[in-house]
Amino acid sequence: MKAAVITFPGSNCDRDLADGFAGAGFEVARVWHKDTALPAGTDVVGIPGGFSFGDYLRCGAIAARSPIAAAVVAHAGRGGYVLGICNGFQVLTEMGLLPGALMRNAGLKFVCRTVGLSVATADSAYTAGWAKGAAIAVPIAHHDGNYTADAALVARLEAEDRVAFRYLDNPNGSAGDIAGVLSENRRVLGMMPHPERCVSPEQGGTDGSVLFRSLAGAFVAA
Amino acid sequence: MKARVHVMLKDGVLDPQGEAVRHALGTLGFSGVEAVRQGKVIELDLTATDRATAEAEVRAMCERLLANTVIEKYTVEIA
Repeated sequence: MKAAVITFPGSNCDRDLADGFAGAGFEVARVWHKDTALPAGTDVVGIPGGFSFGDYLRCGAIAARSPIAAAVVAHAGRGGYVLGICNGFQVLTEMGLLPGALMRNAGLKFVCRTVGLSVATADSAYTAGWAKGAAIAVPIAHHDGNYTADAALVARLEAEDRVAFRYLDNPNGSAGDIAGVLSENRRVLGMMPHPERCVSPEQGGTDGSVLFRSLAGAFVAA
Repeated sequence: MKARVHVMLKDGVLDPQGEAVRHALGTLGFSGVEAVRQGKVIELDLTATDRATAEAEVRAMCERLLANTVIEKYTVEIA
């Protein structure tokens, strides 16, 4: 059960994400963006939050074309798990692994606080530890978290049960209150909220630990 | 050759920054502004010497990196 956490110049949640995986029992490798391959046997790739490449051009755009990107896309293509949080979510949309785009918050302000989420589906390795509809509290910290998708895409995501998390009180203007989205095969998850920032009581909450434990459970069961 | 790329949000995609600029202009007394859309201009110096090659290269660059065609459109000028 191996996780690989990628670090780009400007990533700042990579250590927390590595701790999140390790706390759930993953063996964690740290991967530099200039590497061209993932460590052998990688089961899950974690793409952390931060401001990769200073958010130049568009958030996540440069990271999505960095040397490691092809290996991540190939991993996802093989049915591998990929978890992108915050800037990591932006990177996944820029890689084309998840639909839609993340734009400037509707209120134009950087929003940094703990928000309420509803678990919109329990049908994924990431969310299996919750009941559908569970209300949880997870921190957000972003300027560009406004999930943008046309009505047809939102309808498709709903119909395919691919909305993983929804904001209870939309902080950024996201279409359909969407806070997290799954890929078609349900193995790639992108989300703006930071589960790795609430995995121990010292951080002020533990709701995020459920996500990492759920994901670990997928490998124990397999 | 030189190329200039204009990247703009597609019609119908809300532009919160443009809207904030419009609001600020109103505050300054410019009351006649109905809408503001904000985009970016990217200038490139290219080694290509013929126009068609330059334009094809820059369009490929737009598709792969310079624009996010999910939400943005672009135009290419070669000079």
